[in-house]
Amino acid sequence: MSDTLGSPPITSIGTPIRLDYTYTAGAATQKFLAGMAEGRILGQRCPSCSKVYVPPRGACPKCGVATTDEVEVAGTGTITTFCIVRIPSDVLSVPPPFACAHVLLDGADLPFFGLIYDCPFDQVRMGMRVEAVWVPKAELAATFESIRYFRPIDEPDAAYETYKEHL
Amino acid sequence: MRDVAVVGFAQSASVRRETSGNEVEMLMPILQEVVRESGLAKQDIQFTMSGSCDYLAGQPFAFVSALDAVGAWPPIVESHVEMDGAWALYEAWVKIQTGEADSALIYAFGKSSMGDLPEVLTIQLDPYYTAPLWPDAISLAALQARAYLEASGKTERDLAEVAARNRRTAAGNPKAQIRKSADPAALLDSPYIVSPLRKHDCPPISDGCSAVLLAAGDLVKKARRKPAWIRGIDHRIEAHSLGVRDLARSVSTKLAGERAGVGKGRVDLAELHAPFTHQELILREALGLGDSVNVNPSGGALAANPMMVAGLTRIGEAATRLSAGEGKRGIAHATSGPCLQQNLVCVLEVE
Repeated sequence: MSDTLGSPPITSIGTPIRLDYTYTAGAATQKFLAGMAEGRILGQRCPSCSKVYVPPRGACPKCGVATTDEVEVAGTGTITTFCIVRIPSDVLSVPPPFACAHVLLDGADLPFFGLIYDCPFDQVRMGMRVEAVWVPKAELAATFESIRYFRPIDEPDAAYETYKEHL
Repeated sequence: MRDVAVVGFAQSASVRRETSGNEVEMLMPILQEVVRESGLAKQDIQFTMSGSCDYLAGQPFAFVSALDAVGAWPPIVESHVEMDGAWALYEAWVKIQTGEADSALIYAFGKSSMGDLPEVLTIQLDPYYTAPLWPDAISLAALQARAYLEASGKTERDLAEVAARNRRTAAGNPKAQIRKSADPAALLDSPYIVSPLRKHDCPPISDGCSAVLLAAGDLVKKARRKPAWIRGIDHRIEAHSLGVRDLARSVSTKLAGERAGVGKGRVDLAELHAPFTHQELILREALGLGDSVNVNPSGGALAANPMMVAGLTRIGEAATRLSAGEGKRGIAHATSGPCLQQNLVCVLEVE
């Protein structure tokens, strides 16, 4: 290679780029984040199809209309689907294996993404009932991270029919 | 060629910083308005097409989350360009030409306020040799302005007159952001930002969105407004490297204008996407527009310049004004890239 180029090949150059942004959450997500700071989970209901979205983004993605009706949903819910992660993550400080799940909160129509702890990972299953574990009250803030994870509660599994349309 | 008409247009107000809503919340009322006012039903829309830029939001796939505003259920036929919405309209027009759709909803959105816009625009430059030097958008426009003034014999006073005319005309456009101007002579008293450009030579930084509805065949009969027919549309691009272009002229606009048929008839009005004052003069020359043409009755991009939106808005504005009886034949132009790198020209007519 260096013979044809007449000099050693250049294998890399550095052109660092950094851009800073000021994120605008929007009206609906603003309310949701404010709820997180109070230890509450706030969603919004579609006036057309009545579905409740958590977290809300201000629109019903199916109907394309504004969701203005505010709804508080429970911190308890049902695992609709899950996976067991066995590869280490560069960004999560959790050693594998660990479980990721879609949790359909009671009163919501959109499953919420969460990690499952306080439970042997090989016992995680569809239909399992779980609850949100919050950070200590003093640490509650306007962030998704106010919910640390979900853990099982002592309730019978939800029947498949109750969550099958939310898979 | 199938006859395709603009049968709807809606736009948000352009504002310096939209803090109350996210992109979806900004778009939703505009998408509903354009369909509601058109006379067509939501079910009549056979193709949905958008233009936006994820770098503006600093969020990958921001355009996919914007689909929440459309209501994509049952699943819809959709596409997106990482460009101004005018190019989304072009793709929709091609789709209709193929016969695969008889109508299309085209929308564009841009919240430029979330980042440092002149710096964000640097990212569109050559990543190895130009972008690392961080030449911002205003400095590049100033290079072009200097080249144009020297080549044309025009003066900074001519530029100030472009600024004053556009912003005073914008007084009649409630959606515009800057709707007044000092006299050209007074404008020249202000300091340079990047010589030879002063503040009035530059566009405002704007957040906003707009939407256009196209229809062909029987669906046009459902339109409430007088349809504005697309008689010609073409777009051309010049080289990426600024050094190989003649910045004082816009060869791509000239060619696109010829291909779209600008010269085939009298032009009553033109909406030119000229974010900087000197660019309007370059575009007028490239399109051969004389003094009799009503240029930028909306106030143009000097009065409101939401990125990725302002080009589509030119088509919507020109069509809406023709439909309302402000003329029989009009031109809409959109640009993209630094220093008018890429240009689209659309010829519109009402019967």
